[in-house]
Amino acid sequence: MANENMEKKSSGKVMLEVRNLKTKYVTRFGESVYAVDGVSFKIEEGKSLGIAGESGCGKSTLALSLMGYYFPPLHYMSGDIIIDGKNISGMDPDTVRKTILGTEIAYIPQAAMNALNPTQKIIRFIEDVVHAHDPKMDKKVIREMAEKRFAELGLPSKVLDQHAVELSGGMKQRTVIAVSTILNPKVLIADEPSSALDVTSQKMVIKMMRELMDKGHIKAMVFITHELPLLYNVTDDIMVMYAGQIVERGTAKEMVFDPTHPYSHGLMGSILVPEEGTRGHKLTAIPGTPPNLKHPPAGCRFADRCKYAKPECKFYTVPEKEFGENRMYRCLLGLDELKEVYSHE
Amino acid sequence: MNEDRIVASKDFTNAPLCLSGRHVTKVFGFGDKKTIAVNDVSFDFHEGEFVSIVGESGSGKTTLSKILLGLLNHTEGEILFQGQPRDISTGKKRNAYWKGIQAIFQDPFSSYNSFHKIDAVLLDCINMRGGKNLPMEKKIEMMTEACSFVNLKFAELTNKYPFELSGGQMQRLMIARIFLLKPKILLADEPTSMVDACSRATILDMLLQLRDEIGMTIIFITHDIGLAYYISDTVYIMEHGKFVEYGKADEVILNPKAAYTKRLISDVPKIHEEWDLSTVDLANG
Amino acid sequence: MKNTLRNIFHSGKFVAGFVIFVILLVTIIVYPLINPGSPLEQIGVGTFAKPGTYVSLYDAAKTSPDRERETLRLSDADDKRLAKALSDSDRVLMVEWLGLKGVDLEGIDYQDTEALLELWHENYDSTFKPKGMTSAAQKKYKRLNDALLDLQTGDNLTVMSEGETLSTIKKTDYVNVGTVTNVKLLPLGTDNFGRDVLKELVGATKTSLGVGIVAGIVATLLGLSMGLLSGYVGGIVDDFIMFITNLFTVIPGFILLILISYSISQEYRGPATVAAVIGFTSWPWTARSVRSQVISLRNRDHVNLSKLSGHSMLRIVVTDILPYIASYVVMAFILQVSSGILSEAQLSLLGLGPKTTTTPTLGLMMNWAMMYSAHTNGSWWAYFPVILTITLISFSLNLMNTGLDQVFNPTLRD
Repeated sequence: MANENMEKKSSGKVMLEVRNLKTKYVTRFGESVYAVDGVSFKIEEGKSLGIAGESGCGKSTLALSLMGYYFPPLHYMSGDIIIDGKNISGMDPDTVRKTILGTEIAYIPQAAMNALNPTQKIIRFIEDVVHAHDPKMDKKVIREMAEKRFAELGLPSKVLDQHAVELSGGMKQRTVIAVSTILNPKVLIADEPSSALDVTSQKMVIKMMRELMDKGHIKAMVFITHELPLLYNVTDDIMVMYAGQIVERGTAKEMVFDPTHPYSHGLMGSILVPEEGTRGHKLTAIPGTPPNLKHPPAGCRFADRCKYAKPECKFYTVPEKEFGENRMYRCLLGLDELKEVYSHE
Repeated sequence: MNEDRIVASKDFTNAPLCLSGRHVTKVFGFGDKKTIAVNDVSFDFHEGEFVSIVGESGSGKTTLSKILLGLLNHTEGEILFQGQPRDISTGKKRNAYWKGIQAIFQDPFSSYNSFHKIDAVLLDCINMRGGKNLPMEKKIEMMTEACSFVNLKFAELTNKYPFELSGGQMQRLMIARIFLLKPKILLADEPTSMVDACSRATILDMLLQLRDEIGMTIIFITHDIGLAYYISDTVYIMEHGKFVEYGKADEVILNPKAAYTKRLISDVPKIHEEWDLSTVDLANG
Repeated sequence: MKNTLRNIFHSGKFVAGFVIFVILLVTIIVYPLINPGSPLEQIGVGTFAKPGTYVSLYDAAKTSPDRERETLRLSDADDKRLAKALSDSDRVLMVEWLGLKGVDLEGIDYQDTEALLELWHENYDSTFKPKGMTSAAQKKYKRLNDALLDLQTGDNLTVMSEGETLSTIKKTDYVNVGTVTNVKLLPLGTDNFGRDVLKELVGATKTSLGVGIVAGIVATLLGLSMGLLSGYVGGIVDDFIMFITNLFTVIPGFILLILISYSISQEYRGPATVAAVIGFTSWPWTARSVRSQVISLRNRDHVNLSKLSGHSMLRIVVTDILPYIASYVVMAFILQVSSGILSEAQLSLLGLGPKTTTTPTLGLMMNWAMMYSAHTNGSWWAYFPVILTITLISFSLNLMNTGLDQVFNPTLRD
């Protein structure tokens, strides 16, 4: 499986490190929404990290924040983003755009395929991306480079001379990914890159991203989606985010089959896949809604919705607790306590 | 969840017919611009059956759902409601048909008139079903019952506007509406695709409850084959306006016959079985 | 609703437009209270009196007795009088004479009254008649000289009444304007018929706004109902309405307006008729956009659910569709008002506006100014304030519209 393949490639070198990152949105009326509130993680070379969580938990904001390119209403507050030893947080946006985006880090938003200007040929986007960093590069060289890359990724080279409207949704999305990784960024951040596609195109997009990793064009990947089975199959590690914070981190296998935090436990219990056992499977539900991030609650942010919450959960700030092999969870209850309550279900 | 839910799907072939279609076809446009959205489909939905129609975008499942609801006229074929040919030619007959069939749509945010308060939505259901002259206390009692059916507190909802609720709550309120209307058939068009995984279970549970407690026939339209497998008795797989395969859920999903179904199932990422990326041909598509 | 209003008044553009519009409205309401009377009252006998404060000469001379006079010895009074009295053409004539006399014209400043007069008196000679000068020209220079002498000499004016000397007014006699009984302020002068332009302008703005609003209401109501009908019902009704709408769109609206106005005789062409005609020719634009909005709303799930609940078509349109396009209709209405006012101005400028005897409109004022060549004889006050008012009204309405647009379509926000 994916996880074993990746094992060999990891050299232990940290490609992306995020330390206590905090960012916020400022609304038109001047209210602050603390969408990313103290997130820390590391990704080693050749590894991929998945971020899961329900809508409004801050995962898309985290993806945006990781680029280091902030524009209103998103504002940087504190923390570090270190890509391959280089701290990009607090850099001036223009410098980030010119020297970081595309070469150090690339970002693919959910609706990326709609970002292609319909009046231009695909090759023009590639020229633009390359010229943004090396304005003198010859167009012929760029073309050769693009053809080589497209061939490697299984994209027909005729796409280069086509317009976006002539391509299908899946092809467009793959093209966008190929274009944005043409300069071999060290880190690729993909925010729901395949959610708008049908399953077959989704599989193609994933396969292509896998090839980019395998061939070493990108060194590390952050993959964001709300679809847990997909995350399980794509990434090595999974983080679960809730109300702007990471509530649990572990390898994909551990997270899906042995979740610790009550929220991730609930999430994993809601997975539905077309395979034997699904019908008998008991689907878990988490009642309630996430807290308003304009005024984050004082104690555990999940306490209001947690079946296992104790009275003190609402008052104590919960620290990140490390355990096992590079795993972390954020819950007042101990590991044994949690195991105990889960076994009663 | 219903603890005693039967793992193998029930057999409905001998149950009374509720909604059937014979060679239903829908063509949009004329001449060169002609597109066949629904192409000669026939089906039998039985009373109390939980049917899923599974298809990817563009398969015609939404068009078919509009035809079933009587919001769109089909070009050819016949639809039978409880064994009788459906007649929705006049406003009166249409209203009579809509007493028997109701719907929940995909997007809870566009399902509400955002200028109306929530009580008005529910009150309207009571008024439309002959409860106009009931005393207010009785109406409130009915609304409270409907809300408690979907785990909402009516007292907390009064004087609120739909946009003050979360997507999951709005969708549950749609189920409360169905609970008040009690139609024979509920057509649920991707009711969970826009709500979070955590609220999905609640909504699915309520749909099952509607079927089990009120005996509603539920037509569930979805693109998610795992979800269809989990919840339904019968599955219809739709591709390019046609049903390529149908049958009991466990038979179709665990032992698919049609090539399209096989591809669909193999392309969905799974957690126990391997998700084989090598089958993907990158050069096509 | 409260939130929407809050959003609207957060928009700088809307507030700016709103403030301008309210100022105009307040002026229209308050000014007639301060200065009552018909806006078309002819107070002047001549045409195009310049803007300014008019003091009754009679009152100033007669009704200010000696005790109310002050003697002010102002050293520059003479110079001022001379400078003001000496017109540009007189100055040219003087320099011309000096040229004929052979004076070196280099360095002569036309505007330096004192120096020019000094040179004149040094060089003027009533007998001088170079070759080629007609006696008429000679007499002209003589008259000029007499006038200049008269200006510079003559100390007192004698006020006589029926042959009896009442009083003598010295050059140094001053009267406080406040003590003069009859003073008339004409900030914008008078027009060709001797009517107070400001008063007329306020009245005209009121009528024109009325015309605009009536035209806007007619156009919006027609457009809205056509758009709703065509968008919601669809099918043949849609085809038919769109056919008519396209017809109206293909024929230039203004030409249609001219033809309709022309075919109504002048007695029947009051402001209300003109407004109705303008409204009737400008609805297709609203109808088209309402239709496209309704078509997209028609397929929204809440409309489908409303149908499934068995609501009648009228109820669905009124409760499920109208509220969603209300904001849009308000914006369309504002634009229609603005274009209605412009259309009235255009029509009246061509002489096809409301009949001219009872009420002024902005367009009529332009028309009169044009007919009496205000623009060629320099009477800017007869037309420029009108243009400014039209511009201000359109500007404020369009600002409000853009502001609303930004509130209702968040994608346009900067």
